[in-house]
Amino acid sequence: MFGYVSRRVLSAIPIALIAVTACFFILRLAPGGPFDGERALPPVTLANLRAHYNLDLPLIQQYFLYVGRLLQGDFGPSMVYNDFTVAQMLWIGLPFTLMLGFSAFIIGTIVGLVAGALSAVNQNKLPDYILVMLVMVGLVVPNFLMAAVLQLVFGVYLDWFPAGGWQNGSIAHLVLPVTVLVLPHAGRTARLMRGSMIEVLGTNYIRTAKAKGLGQRLILARHAIKPALLPVVSYLGPGLSYLLTGSLIVEQVFALPGIGKYFISAALNRDYGLVLGTTILYMFIILAVNLLVDIIYAWLDPKVRYH
Amino acid sequence: MKLTQTLTAVATAGMLSLLMSSAASAVTLNMMNGSEPGSIDPHQASGDWENRIIGDYLEGLMAEDANAEAIPGQAESYEISEDGLVYTFKLRDGVQWSDGTPVTAGDFVFAFQRLFNPATASDYAYLQFPIKNGSEIAEGAITDFNELGVKAIDDKTVEITLEGPTPFFLQALTHYTAYPVPKHVIDKVGDQWTQVGNIVSNGPYTPTEWTPGSYIKSVKSETYWDAANVQIDEVNYFVQDDLAAALSRYRAGEYDILVDIPSDQAEWIKTNLPGQDYFAPFLGVYYYVINQEKQPFDNVEVRKALSMAINRDVIGPDVLGTGEVPAYGWVPPGTANYEGVEPYQPEWIGLSYEERVAEAKTIMEGLGYTASSPLTLQLKYNTNDNHQRIAVAIASMWEQIGVKAELFNSETAVHYDALRAGDFEVGRAGWLLDYSDPSNTLDLLRQGIAQDGATNWGNNYGRYSNDEFEALVDQATTEQDLAARAKLLGDAEKIAMDEVGAIPIYWYIAQNVVSPKVTGFVSNASDIHRTRWLSKSE
Amino acid sequence: MAGLTGKDAVLTEYAKKLETLDAPKGRSLTQDATRRLVRNTAAVISIGVVIAIVLFAFVGPYFLPWTYDKIDWSGIRKPPNFEAGHFAGTDQNGRDMLARIMQGTQMSLIVAGVATLVSVIIGVVYGAIAGYFGGKVDAVMMRFVDIMYALPYILFVIILVVIFGRNPVLLFVGIGCLEWLTMARIVRGQTLSIKEREFVEAARASGASSWAIIFRHIVPNLTGPVVIYATLTVPEIILTESFLSYLGLGVQEPQTSLGTLISFGAPVAETLPWMLIGPAVVLVSLLLCLTYIGDGLRDALDPKDR
Repeated sequence: MFGYVSRRVLSAIPIALIAVTACFFILRLAPGGPFDGERALPPVTLANLRAHYNLDLPLIQQYFLYVGRLLQGDFGPSMVYNDFTVAQMLWIGLPFTLMLGFSAFIIGTIVGLVAGALSAVNQNKLPDYILVMLVMVGLVVPNFLMAAVLQLVFGVYLDWFPAGGWQNGSIAHLVLPVTVLVLPHAGRTARLMRGSMIEVLGTNYIRTAKAKGLGQRLILARHAIKPALLPVVSYLGPGLSYLLTGSLIVEQVFALPGIGKYFISAALNRDYGLVLGTTILYMFIILAVNLLVDIIYAWLDPKVRYH
Repeated sequence: MKLTQTLTAVATAGMLSLLMSSAASAVTLNMMNGSEPGSIDPHQASGDWENRIIGDYLEGLMAEDANAEAIPGQAESYEISEDGLVYTFKLRDGVQWSDGTPVTAGDFVFAFQRLFNPATASDYAYLQFPIKNGSEIAEGAITDFNELGVKAIDDKTVEITLEGPTPFFLQALTHYTAYPVPKHVIDKVGDQWTQVGNIVSNGPYTPTEWTPGSYIKSVKSETYWDAANVQIDEVNYFVQDDLAAALSRYRAGEYDILVDIPSDQAEWIKTNLPGQDYFAPFLGVYYYVINQEKQPFDNVEVRKALSMAINRDVIGPDVLGTGEVPAYGWVPPGTANYEGVEPYQPEWIGLSYEERVAEAKTIMEGLGYTASSPLTLQLKYNTNDNHQRIAVAIASMWEQIGVKAELFNSETAVHYDALRAGDFEVGRAGWLLDYSDPSNTLDLLRQGIAQDGATNWGNNYGRYSNDEFEALVDQATTEQDLAARAKLLGDAEKIAMDEVGAIPIYWYIAQNVVSPKVTGFVSNASDIHRTRWLSKSE
Repeated sequence: MAGLTGKDAVLTEYAKKLETLDAPKGRSLTQDATRRLVRNTAAVISIGVVIAIVLFAFVGPYFLPWTYDKIDWSGIRKPPNFEAGHFAGTDQNGRDMLARIMQGTQMSLIVAGVATLVSVIIGVVYGAIAGYFGGKVDAVMMRFVDIMYALPYILFVIILVVIFGRNPVLLFVGIGCLEWLTMARIVRGQTLSIKEREFVEAARASGASSWAIIFRHIVPNLTGPVVIYATLTVPEIILTESFLSYLGLGVQEPQTSLGTLISFGAPVAETLPWMLIGPAVVLVSLLLCLTYIGDGLRDALDPKDR
């Protein structure tokens, strides 16, 4: 087990390095630079700025300088947000992104599992149709649209929840943004759960259990749920990654801090350091989540061996 | 470990602020402030959203009143020499930083030296170039900072010497580039001085919390010299890029002031939030630049036809729905130091729109451009709802005169990169005046400066060039008599506009929305509203 | 790494089943599968709706008095007006909304089609090569796929946009280049099992080259997974496009897309509701139907039930 985990962790390092390299060079291909604002900078100022951020060095030298610093845990300065280093920005934004992502993940998974299971048990009956319809709507409505609608209805007309912001960290501020994130995640989970549950309910051992006269609840609880969970669990890794990376629109609409928002503004402003920093952090999170899911999967499915 | 600490800190801060807001009934102003501040260091800032924060925590020798006119700030009085070259400021008694350290003349000298220091690479240092040797130091030609025209006569007296008489200099001193910075803090912590915990203020407020991407909170500073007259206890400057969401939050009572509105909502706001709309002209021009190094745009007639065919009367009221005023000249109406100059009007102003189109069409046909063989050009703009609408409308107007405009939008950085590189035919630009003086917009059309074998055109993206215009503007910089100076600049404006050096489209309108709870908000030409003049009732 | 709609998970499950059965059952839409699909009412209705939307988008514009880029100066921001021929109102530039919705639907379908096609081609070729040659080649190629899976998809899409600028086709070719991973995995698994079959052995014995075997014998057996993959990928690309539009990275004016229309409509939902309702209805029904069809196809082609 320990060997398995450490092998996985070690193999993540070259992946991360390749991605950082790709990202570093791809970004420089993009037109525009961090200092192309609305107003022209005097050439002297521009030269000073470029020298300050080492942008005047040959690209390859900049790359080694960056990687060298990175290996020492230094993400470098932000070129657009002068008052913070990239590491400082990430440390401030990360808790918000994680809080948002994880609360949506937990709620969405539970809602999705329950909805999917209910739907499967009532296959091709009215509750199934209604649930499938709801799930699909959750899946296909773009989240910026959902966010705007919820904001208007629950924030302005009904005035039940704050329409945005996170000024005092209260739960109420979380309700709308988390809901926007929960819907598609619950939809995806429910869709999978329904499929795999229907399949499990059709297998021979469930039929046998039914024939033995066991009650439906007992059959579900004891025999159906665990095998039906398998495909869902293998989805949870990517699912959580989507939530964490997908929160950027929610952060934008609800004016929440968070690394997704920093990433967008950094990419649009060509803040090279911050783009790389957020990408690395996201990658790290995704790798960690995938590892965690694999371990859970192995625990659920005894057929999987650590090889 | 560190994560849990941060989470705990967030939670604690949340609870504390909840407690605070419920216990003491502090008056809090919630301001939707647009983008994330890039920096609140006055030497690094570049946007109005940064200015709103900086101007509340730092105060220069001169400050703005509610109308954004220059009034004494940290200085109690000033004297100007006969020749208009030497300004002597006396600091108020007892002005101090929020940590109790006195504000001295040395802080100002330090601040100006830091502003011009090439290592600081301040974007806006050029605004203070009227100061003697300022530009030379910024360009690295002079390395001895003591040669700068800012001197401390004693702890209480600042003497500023200028290159030439500058009628708008007092107004220029209200700009954040002229604010003092705390030498004693910067000496200790360097560039980290603007971080909460290090930062000190000499203005009415002190920043106490900063969550990037969310908000900055400033609380009233008791050490400010006029603290007794400051009504609002705390200000939250919220980061909010999504304007539709901003209006929703305003309506939900979460914001007291909006500094911008979503397009298409102006009518709705006027109807449904009566008395809360503060839409007023302010000094700025929205314009299109034409690349005059490319064929056939070097031809004045082509530029004139393009300008004539734009129906400016429908853009503000109909396309944008906000009612921006059509612009035909280059200096916004209401600009100071421009008294006695008639607003510029092109010779074709008297024609109806149909007549203008007919004439423009004739011009273009004369050059061989017709509907069947149109002049094809690329119209570039930076991504934004309003810019897009205007571009779509103008492209359709130009279609009538045999011009086919392809639209191309890109992010701000890419757009301005292309404009500066001359990689465009027609491009969108805008200019908000840094200070109220005609030279601030006319400088946009000045010739490029030869540098390292290339010409640096600065903000003159269209590369307009006219020696007569150049001579008039140069002459104006040394002219001491304000009326004569205005005349020279007025003549210059006429030359540039007759030649359509750029196509002005409309004068900007400030689009503030202010809650009825807030009093003291005055629409003004600079669109600067310092919190110290506001008050709020619950 | 893609998967705004959870498509990958659905497909991976399907592919696993195919592999465990160790047989190329996905061979084209057999009569059997068609019969099962027809029994699925939701899928049949969905196919009808999608066809209607496609006709609406590509044929509809010929029946309208206005084109999508024509400005009606007398009708800026006006609600539906049948006399003026603006059946769904006009936008802030006085352009006919119905014509724009049609053009936007066209654009969304085209970019989704392009991206899907690119991803299917890359995925099939890549997966077939990895599966057919096996061994070291397979290990290296699949390792690369694992690396790609670990990259944050959305971030790379944004970086792509930033580089390709606003050329919609190029951009979506780029997005297609990020989308093929799941396809490659499925195809590889299929290839691994197909290549052991007698007809492949026979072809090899008769001297056919590896490429000929891959393209003549293996690829045609992948129709089932490809069809399902494509129906599930199209909605995903449309959603990705609408996401980019919200960030202001959508297609160039005067062209438009469903995502762009919705991102302009959402902020004015209250004051100019006709700008949101039309595009939103088309987008939601299109995506709903495509998802239903994808699910229906998967059930119909499910090898286990044969």
